[in-house]
Amino acid sequence: MSTLSLAIPRPVHPSGLWNWLTTIDHKKIGVLYGVTAFIMFLSGGVEATLMRIQLTKPELDIVSAAVYNQLFTMHGTTMIFLAIMPLGAAFFNFVIPLQIGARDVAFPRLNAFSYWTFLAGAIMLKLSWIGGATDAGWFGYAPLTSVDQNPGKGIDFWIISLQVLGVASLAASFNFIVTIINMRAPGMTMMRLPLFTWMTFITAILLILAFPVITVALIELTFDRYFDFNFFNVARGGSVVLWQHLFWVFGHPEVYILILPAMGIVSEVLPVFSKKPLFGYTTVVLAGAIIAVMGWMVWSHHMFTVGLGPVANAVFTITTMLIAVPTGIKVFNWIGTIWGGSIRINTPMAFSLGFIAMFLIGGISGVMHAVSASDAQQQDTYFIPAHIHYVLFGGAIMALTSGIYYWFPKFSGKMFDEKMGMLHFWLMMIGQNVTFFPMHFVGLDGMPRRIYTYAEGMGWDLWNLVATLGVFILIAGFLVFILNMVKSWKSGPDAPGDPWDGRTLEWSIPSPPPEYNFSEIPVVKSLDDWWNTKQGGNGKAVPVSGGSGDEEHDIHLPQPSYWPLVTAIGLFIAAYGVVFNQLVVPWAIAIIGTFIGFVGVYAWSLEPVNDPDEDSAH
Amino acid sequence: MVTMKNRGVFGSVFINSSRTQKIVLLLMSLALSVLAAGCFIIDPSANQSTFEPLGPVAERQLTIFWWILIGGALVFVLVGAALIYALVKFRRRSEEETPIQVHGNTRLELLWTIIPAIVVMGFAIASINTLFYSANVPKDSEKTITLEAIGHQWWFEFRYPSPNGPENEVVTANEVYIPVGIPVRINLESVDVIHSFWVPKLAGKVDMVPSEGNHMWFQADEPGEFYGQCAEYCGTSHANMKFKVIAVEPAEFDTWLSDQAAPALESGDPLAKEGAGIFKDAGCSGCHSLKTIAKTGSKGRVGPNLAHVASRRDLAAGMMNNADGAGNVNDAYLQENLRKWLENPSEIKPGNLMSSQAAVYTDPNKTLTERQISALVAYLTSLK
Amino acid sequence: MAQEHTSTAGHEEHEDTTTGLNHRKMLMWAFLGSDCMFFGSLIATYLVYQGKSLTGPLPIDVFDIPVTSVSTFVLLMSSMSMVLAYSALTRGNMKGFRIWMVSTAIMGATFIGFQVYEFSSFSTHHIHFECSEVAEKIEHGDYVKAGHDHFFQKECLDSNGLLKADHHVDEEYGLKPQTNLFGTTFFTLTGFHGAHVTLGVVWLLSIFFLSFKKGVITREKNLDVDLAALYWHFVDVVWIVIFTVVYLFGVFEGF
Repeated sequence: MSTLSLAIPRPVHPSGLWNWLTTIDHKKIGVLYGVTAFIMFLSGGVEATLMRIQLTKPELDIVSAAVYNQLFTMHGTTMIFLAIMPLGAAFFNFVIPLQIGARDVAFPRLNAFSYWTFLAGAIMLKLSWIGGATDAGWFGYAPLTSVDQNPGKGIDFWIISLQVLGVASLAASFNFIVTIINMRAPGMTMMRLPLFTWMTFITAILLILAFPVITVALIELTFDRYFDFNFFNVARGGSVVLWQHLFWVFGHPEVYILILPAMGIVSEVLPVFSKKPLFGYTTVVLAGAIIAVMGWMVWSHHMFTVGLGPVANAVFTITTMLIAVPTGIKVFNWIGTIWGGSIRINTPMAFSLGFIAMFLIGGISGVMHAVSASDAQQQDTYFIPAHIHYVLFGGAIMALTSGIYYWFPKFSGKMFDEKMGMLHFWLMMIGQNVTFFPMHFVGLDGMPRRIYTYAEGMGWDLWNLVATLGVFILIAGFLVFILNMVKSWKSGPDAPGDPWDGRTLEWSIPSPPPEYNFSEIPVVKSLDDWWNTKQGGNGKAVPVSGGSGDEEHDIHLPQPSYWPLVTAIGLFIAAYGVVFNQLVVPWAIAIIGTFIGFVGVYAWSLEPVNDPDEDSAH
Repeated sequence: MVTMKNRGVFGSVFINSSRTQKIVLLLMSLALSVLAAGCFIIDPSANQSTFEPLGPVAERQLTIFWWILIGGALVFVLVGAALIYALVKFRRRSEEETPIQVHGNTRLELLWTIIPAIVVMGFAIASINTLFYSANVPKDSEKTITLEAIGHQWWFEFRYPSPNGPENEVVTANEVYIPVGIPVRINLESVDVIHSFWVPKLAGKVDMVPSEGNHMWFQADEPGEFYGQCAEYCGTSHANMKFKVIAVEPAEFDTWLSDQAAPALESGDPLAKEGAGIFKDAGCSGCHSLKTIAKTGSKGRVGPNLAHVASRRDLAAGMMNNADGAGNVNDAYLQENLRKWLENPSEIKPGNLMSSQAAVYTDPNKTLTERQISALVAYLTSLK
Repeated sequence: MAQEHTSTAGHEEHEDTTTGLNHRKMLMWAFLGSDCMFFGSLIATYLVYQGKSLTGPLPIDVFDIPVTSVSTFVLLMSSMSMVLAYSALTRGNMKGFRIWMVSTAIMGATFIGFQVYEFSSFSTHHIHFECSEVAEKIEHGDYVKAGHDHFFQKECLDSNGLLKADHHVDEEYGLKPQTNLFGTTFFTLTGFHGAHVTLGVVWLLSIFFLSFKKGVITREKNLDVDLAALYWHFVDVVWIVIFTVVYLFGVFEGF
C-alpha cells in the first residue's frame, strides 16, 4: 500500500523528550495525564488554602475582595476540569486496555491529542491569573459574565480554555467508547467487564452528550460578549435564566461524570481486599446506568431559588430524591461485598472505605437540599460547599487516591511505602472532616457562600477557624503522599505482576506492563477471569512475569506520531487568537492557529496508523 | 473462674484490638464526638441562624429540615454501624482463607431498592405542601401588604405603596419595616445582575433576577430586628450587601411609612445648609435621590435614596452600624460612619460604583476637603 | 490459540473488532450522536426565544419560503448524489464516483451560496408602506403580525395620536444577529449548520482530489467515503429539522 509521502518522516523509536512528545502508548499517556492532573490539583489546593486563610477570622485582609473572587472561581474550575476529570482520564488511559485485554485504545493518536489538548486548556486557564483571572464563579451566571459587567479578558480566557478542555474530553470519550465496545478480548462480554471499565463506559457516554450543551452555552456567551448578540441580554428580551438551564443541563450530568469513575474504582478495590466478588455485579452496573439516565432529569435542583415556581420545584424535588435510590443501592452493595469476606485494610482499601463513609455523609446532605422546601434556606450558604466537598473530596478524590495506590505497583513497577500510605489516609480522613464538617454548621447558621469576608458577631468565627486548621492537616497528608510517591517510584521495592492477588486481567501481566501489554491476548471465560484462572477454574497457567521485547512475539504496535501534538498546538494558538483577537491584525492569530490545526489534521489523516508496511488496523 | 464482663460492642472491639488500633479508635471517637458536639454548639440566636424561625415560612422550612435530618442521621448510624461491624467481624485472620464467593442476593437487593425508594418519595411528597405554602401569601389572609425589593450592586432598594395612592411608591433603601403578624409579599427585581433576598429567620431565599418578576412572602410573628444578606454571588462586594427587616406593631408601621413618605427635612444648621449645597453641586443628587415619592414602576437611581438616611440603623447596606443597643440611631455613630464612608468608600465596599463614577472620587481636582466632608456629614445627619 | 490483533490490508466486510464494525465507523456514529446534542441545544435556545423578540423583524417579515425550499431541495439532492458516489465506488466505477462526489460538493456549495444570499438579504431588509393603507389597523388597535406596530405608532401617528394619512414609511429594518432575539438565535443556529456544511464540502473535495492518487481510494478502501457520507447525511437531516422548525413553523399560523 502506498502512502502519501510527507516532507516530515514519522518518528521511529524516539527517545527522551521526543519519546514523550510523540508517544501514542496509552500507558505513557495515562502517566502524563496523572502527573499533570496532580499538579493542577495542587494549584487548586493553593487557591483553596488562600481562601481559607482569608476566612480564618472576620474581616481579615489577607487577599482583597477582587482576588478572593478570582480564587474561588479558579479553584472550582481547576478542581473540576483540571484535576478530577483528568485524574479519571489517567486511569481510563492506563487501566482500561489492560482490563479488557487489549494492546492499546482504538485511536492511539486521538488519545495523545486529547492529552495535549487538555494540557493546552490547562495552561491557558492557569495563565489567566496574569492580568486578572475570571471572577464570575465556576458556573459563570449571566449577566455577571456580560461584557458590561466584566470587560476584562479573564472571562474570555475562562470561556475559551473550557472550550479547549471540552475538545480534549470529547476526543478522549469517543476513544473510550469505541475501545470498550470494539476492542474487548475474546470472551469478554459486556457483563464480564470489570466494574471500573463499565463505569468509564457510562461516563464517556454521559460526557459526549453533556459537553455539547455547555459548548453551546459558552458559544452563546462568547457571541454576546464579542459581537453584541442577545442571548442573555435582558434589555432585548433575553433571559439570564436560560444560561442557568443550559449550564445545569450540562452541569448535573457533569457531577456524575466526576463520581462514576470514582465509584468504579471503589468497586474494584473492595472485592480484591475482601477476597470476594462484587456483591450484585449486575445491580451495580444497572445502578450506574440508571444514575446516568436520571442525571438528565434533575438539573433544576441547582435552580430551586431562581423562581421557576412551585410546580417545577416540586417536580425536580421528586426526581432528585429518586436519584438517591440507585446511589444508595451502590453503597449497600459495597457493604454486601465486604460482608463475609476476608478483609485486609491496607492503604488502597482504607481509602475506598473512607470513600464510602464520606460519600454517605455527602449523600445525606444532598438529600437535604434535594427537597426544595429545605433547600430555600441552604442554597448559596456554606451548607452547599459542605455537601460538595464531602462528595467530591471525601468522595471522588479519596476514591481516585485509592486507585493511585491500588494501581501504583502496576504503572510504576514498584511497591509504595505502606506505613506512609496509611499515615496519608488518616491525615486525609481527619483533615477532610475537620475542614468540611463545620461548614454544615456555619451554613445553617446563615453564612452565605462566595463571600470574601464576614462581620464579627455573626457566630461564624469558631467554625471558620476550625475549618482553616483542617486545611493544614490535609496539606500534611499531601506532603506525605508526594514523598511516598517520589521515594517509592524511584527506589521502592520491585512489584510483582499481581501484588494484591487481584481479580481482573491487568494483574495477569508484569508490573510495569511491557509496551504490548499482553504477550498473548487472553481468552476470557468469566467475570473476574484472572481470579478464576488462579483458582484453577479456567485451566490456564500463571502469568508471564518479566516482560520480553515485542520483537520476540512479532506483535505490531501503533507507531508514535507528531500530528496529535501539532494539532493540539494549532488549537492552542487559535484559542489565544480568539481571546486576543485584535492583536496586530484582527483575528490573525486565530487564523494562523486554525491553519496549523488543519495541517495537523490533514497530515494525521494521511498518515497510516502503522508505518511503513505494517497493516494492523488498530 | 473467668467471668465475662459485658463490655458492649465498642468495649469488645477495643479490648481485642492491637495498640495501634486502639489509639486510632480513640482518636476517631474523639474526632467524631467533637464534630457531633458541634451539632449542639450551634447557637440559634446567631443573627442569621436558620434554627430560630420567627415566622411561619421559616418555621415550616425548618420542620422539613428536622425530619430529613432525623432520617439522614438514622441512615448514617445504620449504614455506619454495618460498615464498622463488617470491618471488625470479617477482618482477615489468615492469608490462607478464601471466603465463599457470594455473587449477590436478588431478594436483598430488591429490598434495599424498594424501601429507600418509598422512603425518599415519602419525604419528597410530604415536603410539597410546604413548597406551595412558601410560594404565595395564604389565600385566607385578611390583610397583606406588598412591597418591591430591587437589587442593585451592592444595596437593596425598597418601595412601598404610597399612602397617597397606587400611582406612586415610597422609595427607601436597605431597611424593610413590616407590620407584625401581617403577611408581606415582596416582589423581587434587579437592575443589574442576579441577587438574592434572604432573611433566614423569616423565610428561605428567592433570587432577584433581572426581568423575571419573582416574588416571595413572609410574616413576622413578633416585633424584632431580622438580619438579611444577599445570597447570590453578584460581583466584587457581594459579601457586603446586607439589609435588615424590622417588624413593628401595625400602628408604628403606619407612622414609619408616612414619615418615610414625608419630604426630606430642611435643617436650619448653617453647616448642614452648606452640606446641602455641596450635595447638589458635587453631583450627589444625580445618583442619590432626596425625593421620597416616585411613580410606580419607575426606574430607580444608581444609589440609595437618602431622604431619611439618618433614620436608618445601618449604613452602606448593613456595613456600618449606627444604632445603640436598643436599636435607636446614635448620632455620634452615624456621623462617624458617614465620615468613614465619604472619606474612602472603597474601604467599606470594594468596587462600589460611587468610587468609580462620582467625580469627587475619580477627579483628583474635585476631591472632597475635610471641611466639605464635615458639611456633608452634618447635612446627611439632619436627614432624619 | 494466540489471537493477534493484526488484520490484513484494508477494510473488508468483516472487521477484526469485537462487534465487527470498523472503529472509525463507530467513532463517526458516536460523534454524530454528540453533534445531535449540539444542534439540539441551539434549536432549544431558538425555541425558547421564539415569539419573545421585543422588536421586529420577525420570521414572517424576512423569510422567503419558496427560495429556501429551493436551497433545501438542492441539499437533499446532494445527499442523493452522495449515495450515488458511494455506490459507484463500491462497484469499482471510479469515474462515476468522482463525478458524483464533485456534484455533491457543488450542491453543498450552492446551498451555502443560497445561505449567504439569504443572510445578506435579511440584513438589508427594507419596509415601505403608506400610512393610509394601515389606517384601519391602527384605529382598531390591531397588532399587525409583522413587528411593524412600533413603526406604525411612531411613524404614522402625530403627537396628538392622529393618523398622518398622507405619510409613507420607507425604512431600513434589517435583521442582524444584534437586532433582536430572533436574529441572534436564527443566525447562530443556521450559521453553525452552514459551518458544518462548509467543512463537509472541504472534506468531500479533499477526498475527490485524493482519489486521483493511486490506491488511496479504491473499491475496497472505501471507508473514508463511507464516513464522509454519514456525516453529509447527518448535516442534511439537521437541515430538514431546522427548515421545519424554524422556517415552516415560523411562518404558518398555529405552531
